[in-house]
Order: sequence, then C-alpha cells, then structure tokens
Amino acid sequence: MAKTHITMKVNGAEVEGLVEPRTLLVHFLRETLSLTGTHIGCETTHCGACTVDLDGKSVKSCTVFAVQAEGSEILTIEGIANADGSLAALQEGFRMMHGLQCGFCTPGMIVRAHRLLQENPAPTEAEIRMGISGNLCRCTGYQNIVKAIQYASAKVNGTEFREAAE
Amino acid sequence: MTPFDYIRPATIAEAVAAAATPGAAYLAAGTNLLDLMKGGISRPTRVVDISRLPGLDRIEALPDGSVRIGALVRNADLAHDAAFARAFPSVAEALLSGASAQLRNAATVGGNLLQRTRCSYFHDAASACNKRSPGAGCDARGGENRLHAVLGWSDACIATHPSDFCVPLVAFDAVVEIEGSGGRREIALEALHRLPDAAPERDAVLDPGDLIVAVRLPAAARNFAAHARYLKLRERTSYAFAVVSAAAALDLDGGTIKSARLALGGVAAKPWRARAAESLLAGASPGLPAFRRAAETALAGATPSGDNGFKIELAQRMVARALSLAAAGTPARVPALPASPFSSTAGALHVA
Repeated sequence: MAKTHITMKVNGAEVEGLVEPRTLLVHFLRETLSLTGTHIGCETTHCGACTVDLDGKSVKSCTVFAVQAEGSEILTIEGIANADGSLAALQEGFRMMHGLQCGFCTPGMIVRAHRLLQENPAPTEAEIRMGISGNLCRCTGYQNIVKAIQYASAKVNGTEFREAAE
Repeated sequence: MTPFDYIRPATIAEAVAAAATPGAAYLAAGTNLLDLMKGGISRPTRVVDISRLPGLDRIEALPDGSVRIGALVRNADLAHDAAFARAFPSVAEALLSGASAQLRNAATVGGNLLQRTRCSYFHDAASACNKRSPGAGCDARGGENRLHAVLGWSDACIATHPSDFCVPLVAFDAVVEIEGSGGRREIALEALHRLPDAAPERDAVLDPGDLIVAVRLPAAARNFAAHARYLKLRERTSYAFAVVSAAAALDLDGGTIKSARLALGGVAAKPWRARAAESLLAGASPGLPAFRRAAETALAGATPSGDNGFKIELAQRMVARALSLAAAGTPARVPALPASPFSSTAGALHVA
C-alpha cells in the first residue's frame, strides 16, 4: 500500500511523516511521533481518551485518519503545561482535587477540558458535565473531575473556588 | 482495517466521478465511516475525501427566506450559529442532543443524513444482517430488540435510523440537494431514506457517486420558531442514541393551532413524519386532549417488531410531552441538557 507524505503542526512544532491512508491520527501521534500521552482506550470513538485539539476544536484522534489532519494544528496533552514547564491550571486542578485515579482517561479529559474552558471560561456544573460527556472515566465517578475543572476555571478567572457541599 | 486508495478531489465533479466506481465511499469527517471500517462492517477499496471541497461549508440565508446549509457544515457550527438557532431552535436543540462535543465538532450535515443504523447486529460481523449482507437473515428479530423499529419495519430488517438532526428537519419539509453523474437534483428529505421492505441494504434512494451537497429549510419553517422543541428519551442522560424522540412545532394564533409539525425519531428506518397527527392539530386548541389525540394518531400504524411494544406507548407520551413543551414556548436558550425530559424548563408539563 502506497504511503502518503503528510505534514502538520503538533504542539507548535512542524512535523512530517509517511503514513498509509488507513493510519489513524492517534497512531501517527503515538507511534510515528512518540507522543504517547494521547491514550487509546476503545478505538471505537466512545471513550474520549484519545481526545486532541485539531485546529482549535476537540476531536477524537482515533476517528480521524492521519491524512485528514494534513496541514492542521494539533494540540496534545504534551502541549498543555505552561511554557516554563509548570503545571497549567487544569493540571493543577486535577492534582489538587484528586481528579484522577488510574489516570488512563486523564490526558483526554484535560485536553477536552482545556478546549471547554476556551469556549466557556466559567461553565456551570451542568455545562461541565455535558462538555465532558464524550470522555469516559471508570474510576472517579466524575465528581472530582468536575471539581478539577471548576478549580481551573476559578484560577484562570481569578475567582474563588469553593467546593460544593457533598 | 482493509487497505484502500485515498483520493482527495479538488472539485465536486471530480468527486462524483471518483466515487461512481464500485467499492468507493465518500469520506467527510468520518465519525461514522471510520468506526464501520475499523469493525470491518464497511470495506471500501477507494475512499474519496470530500472534506476540503470548496464552498460546501456555508450557511446561507436565501432571498426567499429559506436557509441553505452546506453538506460540510459541522454539527457544532450549525447548532451554534446564532441566526440559525434563533430561526430554527428545535433543529439546534436536536443537534446539541446528539453524540458528544468531540463528535459534533467533526460530524457534518451530509454525514449525519447518511449515517448508518446503530443496530448492534448490523455492527457485529458475526451476526446475520440483511442490511450488511443481503439475504443473510436478521438476528435482531429473535435477539435483543427492545430498541428496534415499531413503524415501517419489514421481516427483513427492524433497524432504526439514528439521527436526531433529521427529525426536526423532516418535520420542516427540508430539501436535499444532490449532485450525481446526471447533474444536480433535489428531493424532499422525507423521500431520501428508504423503508427496508425486502432490500434493507439500501438506506437511501441514492445511486453510486451521488453526493449530498446541501440541505435547505424552506421559509415556512420560520413560522414555528416561538414554539418548537425536540425531545429525546435516552437510556443515559447524555451521549446516547434516542430510544424515542419527537420534534414538535406549533404555529399558534391566540387560542388556536394554525399549523403543527410533528416527526418522530428512533421508531423507524427513517425520520418519521406524522402528517395525519399534524392535520388533526390544525385548528384545534392547544392542550393535552388535542395532544393525546395527535399522539394516538401518530402511532396508529405501529406494531412491535420484538420486545419493544413499550415503545409505542412511550412514543405517544413523548409526542404529547413534546407538543406540550412546544406550546409552552421555545426556551430563551437551549437547556444545559438539550432535549432531555429531565431538564426543568419553566412551563413544561412533566406528567403528559
């Protein structure tokens, strides 16, 4: 099967590679670029572990052929931290609020939440829950993930984060 | 995944020519096609990537009051287009009730219309399925079929069409523009999807190479903007296909219904327009007695295709509830849980 040459920008860096047309974007990221932070959970578009930003929108990278992403800009979990290497507000939120247990869904959750907060900087709890409904977590029951996103939202907006009473 | 040739045509004419050969499939976002290919359910030998064709990603207000939606407009972009959502709020609500943010960001208008059924026997290569392998039989008939069709099904196939978007569209007389090897033609969306009869392998009345280029909503659909709702019952609060859904819209004149629109989702192999129920509502006074009569009429021909007799009464209740919600008025903004029966909206009736 003939391979196709593709180029795209990933976390700010120009990258290129030779791929079969059937190569999924998530495999290109993990195997060609060795960016293994993006996880493969179900590979059937359900779980959201493979969520990345593609041209400023959240998508599931197991549901995109690498050739479809040619010329686009991709943001993965490896590009989320602050430029000085310190944790971004969302990463800090997941740490402080115990937003992860096994951690498998976490890269997808954080990349998705990153875009959610770009689109809606102060989401309500219901908006957060709807916003991450394409990301499945089997450990946390979502409570602490919601809190982590609320923590990041408050930090970015300079407002006070208050945990709701249980 | 079976290997394939990847072609990215520059024009619609090139696309139609490239896709007219046997074994070819169009690729837009691929949110449905990729999963079908990963599971071996669809094995195209040639994939024609139309996602970069110019001019198909626009939402255009036409001089006659209609709206033309390009086939490559993304579901999220359409639902969040302020002018569109104001004029056609139940269409926006239906879009936002579907899938998840990631999928709505990618999925296109044309792809939504042509998505395949989510019948689990269609998706399981080890099961018999007449839609996937004509003549193989239908394991859904004797299987887990509580979510299957109650209207328009045949002995060959009891699958349902999964789209939310198509339900209000068909209620509003949407028109589909198709480019084919014989040139441009258009048909009513209601006539696009086929009932299964003896040939369930054909979802739609399209020929090889036919490309949906746009969907148009006629100006008359604007008359319902103040009283239009989509209601969708799911087995989870979000990120699930409809068990039953209903798009209801009323054009009210004081205490009388001037005109009504009604369609159901999750009940048949196509979005199901309920014209007899609409006729019954025209001239009636809005309220539960009229809405319940309309609901009974809408499901008059329904029969269980398996363990799904409950869907008939459920659909009737959904129709009455959707009409009640429409009569109460379109909410100022789409609820945080779009189309959910569990969303509390002022004026909504929770016991219909």
